[in-house]
Amino acid sequence: MPEPDRAVLARRRQIVAALRAIVPGEAVIDHADGLRPYESDGLTAYRQPPMVVVLPDTTAQVAAVLRWCHAQGVKVVPRGAGTSLSGGALPLADGVLLGMAKFNRVLDIHYGDRVAVVQPGVTNLAVTRAVEEAGFYYAPDPSSQIACSIGGNVAENSGGVHCLKYGLTTNNVLGVEIVMMDGQVLRLGGRQLDPAGLDLLGVLVGSEGLLAVITEVTVRILPRPQAARALLIGFPGVESAGQCVADIISAGIIPAGMEMMDRLAIHAAEAFVHAGYPLDVEALLIVELDGPLAECDPLIDEVERIAHRNGAMSCRSSGSEAERLRFWAGRKAAFPAMGRLAPDYYCMDGTIPRRRLPEVLRRMAQLSAEHGLGVANVFHAGDGNLHPLILYDANVPGQLERAEQFGADILRLCVEVGGVLTGEHGVGVEKRDLMPVMFSEVDLAHQQRVKCAFDPQLLLNPGKVFPTLHRCAELGRMHIHAGQLPFPDLPRF
Amino acid sequence: MATGRMQTDPMETGDVRRPGSVPELAALIAEAARSGARLELRGGGSKAAFGAPVHGALRVDMGGFAGLIDYDPAELVLTAGAATPLHEIEALLAGERQMLAFEPFDCAPILGAAAGRSTIGGVIASGLAGSRRLSRGSVRDHLLGFEAVSGRAEAFVAGGKVVKNVTGYDLPKLLCGSWGRLAALTRVTLKVVPAGRAQATQVLHGLDPGQAMQAMALAMGSQAEVSAAAHCPASPHGVRACTALRVEGFAPSVAARCAALQSALQAFGSVETLPEPEAGAFWSGLRTLAPLQDCAVLWRVNVPPSRGPAVIAALEPVGARWLFDWAGGLVWLGFDGDPSAVRAAAASAGGHAMLVRAPEALRARVPALQPLPAGVAALEERIRRAFDPQGVFETGRFG
Repeated sequence: MPEPDRAVLARRRQIVAALRAIVPGEAVIDHADGLRPYESDGLTAYRQPPMVVVLPDTTAQVAAVLRWCHAQGVKVVPRGAGTSLSGGALPLADGVLLGMAKFNRVLDIHYGDRVAVVQPGVTNLAVTRAVEEAGFYYAPDPSSQIACSIGGNVAENSGGVHCLKYGLTTNNVLGVEIVMMDGQVLRLGGRQLDPAGLDLLGVLVGSEGLLAVITEVTVRILPRPQAARALLIGFPGVESAGQCVADIISAGIIPAGMEMMDRLAIHAAEAFVHAGYPLDVEALLIVELDGPLAECDPLIDEVERIAHRNGAMSCRSSGSEAERLRFWAGRKAAFPAMGRLAPDYYCMDGTIPRRRLPEVLRRMAQLSAEHGLGVANVFHAGDGNLHPLILYDANVPGQLERAEQFGADILRLCVEVGGVLTGEHGVGVEKRDLMPVMFSEVDLAHQQRVKCAFDPQLLLNPGKVFPTLHRCAELGRMHIHAGQLPFPDLPRF
Repeated sequence: MATGRMQTDPMETGDVRRPGSVPELAALIAEAARSGARLELRGGGSKAAFGAPVHGALRVDMGGFAGLIDYDPAELVLTAGAATPLHEIEALLAGERQMLAFEPFDCAPILGAAAGRSTIGGVIASGLAGSRRLSRGSVRDHLLGFEAVSGRAEAFVAGGKVVKNVTGYDLPKLLCGSWGRLAALTRVTLKVVPAGRAQATQVLHGLDPGQAMQAMALAMGSQAEVSAAAHCPASPHGVRACTALRVEGFAPSVAARCAALQSALQAFGSVETLPEPEAGAFWSGLRTLAPLQDCAVLWRVNVPPSRGPAVIAALEPVGARWLFDWAGGLVWLGFDGDPSAVRAAAASAGGHAMLVRAPEALRARVPALQPLPAGVAALEERIRRAFDPQGVFETGRFG
């Protein structure tokens, strides 16, 4: 992270006093014990207590805090529920941590327009809870949905197991109210489907808290499907499981969820929750179909036929809702189940073209041997989003560093085969320095100038996403060398 | 893909450049930035009659960036040159029983351009989607990545070639609907999806705008997974008002969902299945705006669906003709009266109005896109200058 600004640290008391004048009472936290809960997010390998925490509860307070910090040149890190797995909400030693947890109200629900308007601190699951009585739900379902907030989902463009069919957050958000770093309050999008001009909402979603602070979100809600049924399919190898996934999609079937686990993950999950997983298989697929009953039943049969054609060793379909949930229980417990295998695990998040899966897993096994650390694999098979779980022991000197190097090697491999660094967790601080693996300096400069258009002084959540902090004035200059590009023939995708 | 016809088309006059490679395109943009010239990016020209008439800009024919690059149906991903004709992509996808879920809106029929001229780059630059946008998202929801040359004369990429990606800012969203004002797209990667194996259209007759909106809302809120919902009012020639709901998917599922719709919508009258070829004609008529074809001025009004009837209530009494798509959230208006009345009606309904077809004189006077609140407009302007500091792509088409 950038070196703390000593001049700012020296003004800490004045900054705390100014914040207290804007947000009264106990909503400004400056004692060490109170700061500690905020020192990291879901990526606990990185820790840094903030200079001060402020917990506003109105848009006017957020605007006043940002306006004051902007005028004083003080950095601000926004935070939702703090469940980011990429360090998106990692505080700065010389920065104000702006916690949005008090924005926890559902403001409006309109079933005719199929929208819910909520404050950003409302949890993902609470949106569904607010509309389920009327038969609706909010589709994106990150696995942290019981805790993660909608504001954080928008900032990170969160996904979930159902996003192959229902999309990521960006496909389910219609409008936001935001506060810019200079205190301006703007509305992007609305309750209608298309924006009036540039799709600024589109670039705000997934901007990891670098462009603006979100104070209100309008999401699309959907009628709950009539039925959901799942299949649990065991394969003798990842190749046949991968081919089964490709064949399902080629048959025109888009499952609501399609998850794969490798042998290590299957055994850990089974030992942890006794979901009834077969233990004699190399790869396990959970395929869930949802929709009208008249659709689910025949498609379950169709998927079963496809599975057998691909050499499935076992295939069970859920006969009841309880059984369907049991199929999922193992997958959902896969992360905590790693605790049986190693004291710590490090979760990666690359995406690859699915057809490269067998090769990627083979090379991952080689990397595992080279780094001397185990790896278990669970992934969203439908969209090629891998979650390798690297097993290590933080108490053994050097293992954390090796786990991080192993992780970086896996992500480089993902990019090499035509994939990307992160499918749903975000870049944050974690993958920041790997961005040049995927993007050239020119590519990154085009992104950073968007940052400059929102926050020219680079005060909002600096140090995340981009490996180098260029000043906006420097990025704004235009150099034209007779239209010549350094390597015009280089394939650049 | 030869686009030699550009030179013979009577609409095409003036200087035209046709770069054949990314370095040539970058050199052209660099030269324009140095000389202060303006560049009008042109794909197939199907939307040439959109926006204010352009004078004095150097036309850039993007036809050199055409052709399929990669398509793997099982990956649900397609990469093509930006100038690849839309109909070629749609035919290729249809051969694999896949489709572009957003059902691209073809402006050619209403803007007087020859059929089949739309390019995929033009579809992205306009961001205009058709009837299925209601259920499956728009162009912006399906552009995964791109390569382009910005107004800085620099080739750059954004996004990726996989269906799930959050690496870096989502610039593909920003390029959709940017109308060529940020960068010249050269190559695009799209998410494609399986096409429904069967489809059926259920219709209700004789509803007024408010009833139609309510019937469509009920259908969209049901478990019938309606893919498109539109309403055409009674025509002066005595054709009854028709509210149409399209259901797509596997045949047994389509049948079950149609039956569910019929019982759910009983209160609105008898629900009938519109047989083919009438059903096909209804939706393709919507795609070409056939019911409003004789209106000289066409507006595309985007509002929350429940407010569609309010727009009609404000403008029908002063002579507007109309139809609903997107369950009432998209109001197409044929109205040659006061443009400010349309913009005011759209704004008070919580939305905005786009001027799509109009005589040149009106387009010169009235901006195509609804003016934005000052703060958002200023932010947009800063974004434009970030990609195009010299205003190379500012041809005056958008004021």
